[in-house]
Amino acid sequence: MTSDIAAILAIDGIATGAIYALVAIGTVLIFTVTRVVFIPFGDIAAFTALTLAALDAKRFPGTGALVVVLACLATVIEVGSLARSGELRLAPRALLFYLVLPLAVVGCAWLATRMDPPLAVRLMLALMLITPISPLLDRIVFRPIADGTVLLLLTVSVALHFALVGLGLLFFGPEGVRTEPLTSLSMEFAGVLISGQTMLIVIAALVFSGLLYLFFDFTLVGKSLRATAVNRTGSRLMGIRPARAGTIAYLLGSLMAGVSGILIAPVNTVFYDSGFLIGLKAFVGAIVGGMTSYPGAAIGAVGVGILESFASFESSALKDVIVFSLLIPILIWRSLASLHSEEEIEE
Amino acid sequence: MTRLHVQIAAAAAVLGLAVAPLVLSPFSITLMNYIGIYSLVAIGLALLTGVGGIVSFGQAAFVGVAAYATAWVSALNGHSPWLGLLFGVALTCGVATVLGLVTLRLQGHFLSLSTVAWGLAIGFLFGNVDGLGRFNGISSIPPISFGSLALVSSAQIYFLIWGIVAGVLFLGYNLLDSRLGRAMRALRGGNTLVESLGINAFSIKLATFVIAAFLASLSGWLYAHMSRFISPGPFDAGMGIEYLMMSMVGGAGSLLGGVVGAAIVTLLKNSVQDYLPLIAKGASGQLEIVAFSALFILFLQWARQGIVPFLARYLPKLKRERPAPAPPLPRRSQPKPGELLLKVDGAERRFGGLVAVNNVSFEVRAGEILAVIGPNGAGKSTMFNCLTGALRVNKGEIVFAGRPITRDAQSRIAKAGIARTFQHVKLRPRMSLLENVMLGTYGRTGAGLFAGAFRLNRREEASARHEALLQLERVGLGEKPFELAGNLPLGNQRILEIARALAADPTLLVLDEPAAGLRRQEKLRLAELLRSLRADHLTILIVEHDMEFVMSLVDRIVVLDFGSKLCEGAPAAIRNDARVQEAYLGGVA
Repeated sequence: MTSDIAAILAIDGIATGAIYALVAIGTVLIFTVTRVVFIPFGDIAAFTALTLAALDAKRFPGTGALVVVLACLATVIEVGSLARSGELRLAPRALLFYLVLPLAVVGCAWLATRMDPPLAVRLMLALMLITPISPLLDRIVFRPIADGTVLLLLTVSVALHFALVGLGLLFFGPEGVRTEPLTSLSMEFAGVLISGQTMLIVIAALVFSGLLYLFFDFTLVGKSLRATAVNRTGSRLMGIRPARAGTIAYLLGSLMAGVSGILIAPVNTVFYDSGFLIGLKAFVGAIVGGMTSYPGAAIGAVGVGILESFASFESSALKDVIVFSLLIPILIWRSLASLHSEEEIEE
Repeated sequence: MTRLHVQIAAAAAVLGLAVAPLVLSPFSITLMNYIGIYSLVAIGLALLTGVGGIVSFGQAAFVGVAAYATAWVSALNGHSPWLGLLFGVALTCGVATVLGLVTLRLQGHFLSLSTVAWGLAIGFLFGNVDGLGRFNGISSIPPISFGSLALVSSAQIYFLIWGIVAGVLFLGYNLLDSRLGRAMRALRGGNTLVESLGINAFSIKLATFVIAAFLASLSGWLYAHMSRFISPGPFDAGMGIEYLMMSMVGGAGSLLGGVVGAAIVTLLKNSVQDYLPLIAKGASGQLEIVAFSALFILFLQWARQGIVPFLARYLPKLKRERPAPAPPLPRRSQPKPGELLLKVDGAERRFGGLVAVNNVSFEVRAGEILAVIGPNGAGKSTMFNCLTGALRVNKGEIVFAGRPITRDAQSRIAKAGIARTFQHVKLRPRMSLLENVMLGTYGRTGAGLFAGAFRLNRREEASARHEALLQLERVGLGEKPFELAGNLPLGNQRILEIARALAADPTLLVLDEPAAGLRRQEKLRLAELLRSLRADHLTILIVEHDMEFVMSLVDRIVVLDFGSKLCEGAPAAIRNDARVQEAYLGGVA
């Protein structure tokens, strides 16, 4: 391997890693606030890419149907649980958030396919279509078992991923998509050609991580999320509703995953099931950060990207074997480094 | 319901399975074969996940290792499938041992995540290794044959599959009801208790893990020679989830649940394949996994405990006979009263800058009750943890019965003859009183895996059972030995912990705040019990802050304050010591 090739591989790896980093940060966000290891994040990223491709082709994306189905389910569940607890007067509010808002977004998207909106609008639409999915899934799937063990939540999350992959095939079909590059610029740096898309990916990752940092440190909502992450009971006593904090975390996380999906679509062909590997690799990065640290997760994810890039150069067939085998030493290191309370699994 | 009823039911089930091929259609027999093959993996998972508390997403990889191993031996190299069985089992158990050695020290969800990792890594390997047919798989795998009888048709291999399943269930239930099985069942709920009983939690976990992998390898061997063709698909991550689902649906922790779960999931999947096309034409393949995952999620939301435990509640309770008298278990040689038993010399323990225990020295003599007391934050619990090996001292030495134990692990200290109880009661609420106390006899018994599975341990078991009953009677809980420990009130739970400690035949009994949270009557009963134990020449060390409880009971008191020893002496002297009064009451005017 010459230094040229090494440089190209490194840049390639950093770009892939930056995409994983966005998803990894979202994973950490959701894990800390809700204790759910949200494996389907990668699927959300892949679905965004597929949605954007459908919008580009002036087709109504399958995501729309998915959102409608989920919104109806979530509304039924929410209204049902309100009725059981005798709080039906809150039903209009629930209808607004769980039914009207998501349906309005879907309506916009439907209208858009009739017209020929510019790229920026299509990007916005794709993101808007994708963001309701995880909060709705949270309401349907995770809220009823919010008090369960991390393991139960993890098991459910893995099952949810498989459901989403099935739905993805149903809504998007088996064809892979590759969207137009967002920019055709490129520049040369120290003799290595760097494409504008690569730079865009890295910049987007930096900007979004920065925004998240500002959000957490300088807004009350951000602080309430951090409080929930540190101590659910304590923050509840302070008047913060964990369920609401969870919804915000899912919204933000989906946004990050959506952005990563948009960024990856011009670089890699995305299929309905591409999300699993994106999600898992981001997750490996998140574990490097101990599932609690955002910079740690970002650094870990970039590390995974670089590793993958070099591994695929050495043996493209075995690159995933290499990446996942490497997870085990990382897990051991994290497990030794973190303090555990005994009684993690009381009967 | 008695044991005989259970045996009759088991015999009827075996008979039913034996005649089933006569009445079932060939398709149903094939379905039954798949159920049997999946059952083996699910039974392993029931042991691993339900009993041992280790959630594994990667069992499909073990099935695959064995299937590919036997296919390589038989189809690619032309040897007998029986050699394939040997090779497959050995390879799978070898892989499991290595993975287990590396990952089983991980905690909680880290461990489960590691199973996802190696499950995926091994799964990817099958499709990407040259010489294993890549994604085309390996075809023309020969059938299993007994002499000249080749098991070609599904009705033939049926008997082999279900024979193995029945055997595994029989051995599995035997194992769970043995010394090692109880240790496995105690794993769930944390290592501290397990280690304090002299059980090496890690090796028990490893054994459980390898047993589960062994069952998966049997399944893989049967699968390869039944379908005669293998490809990476059936061993991928999705199948790993499906196995987990089978064991959870059946009821994690119940071996029979593994079979029931495998049956339900397989039949359900089959009917989903049948009926989905009626609902959604042309999309059945995609919807299958969706419907399936949705059902699983609903199941986890509404019926986490699984079907078999749910149904078992409606069965009449198994009547069990009180353990019959049996030859006693071997006893330790007890020290002579007054002999030096435990010596703590200059113990020091720091947490960062905080010195929790500072140069503390004291001695415990055989036959006495010594109390370590002190106000909150005095370092009592830290001292206690250093004594029992839960923490290491930074400086100083602890000598027990003439042997330094300063650097020993918890389980070794327990084996040396120190038995403990916990400030926050640690019992296994879903095990009976008798079984909880039998856990204490672990160090005094020796039956291993095979002795447990094949019931070669009957004499020892009878002795252990009788010993446990004796200890229950000794502490006054002998009336309902088959009651579940979780049903006892707190006071009795503490007493039960003492019975468990006594079953280890300790030379020193250490009690961590035994009176905490007890009502007055319960405290009096506890004090009464401890006095009777002293009358039997047992040495007791109590860490406690309830002065009243301590004063009337113990022979000597060591007072700690801010990590250092304040003074030491008889209760009356301590009561009148000005320094103690100041420490407790904040200075006497």
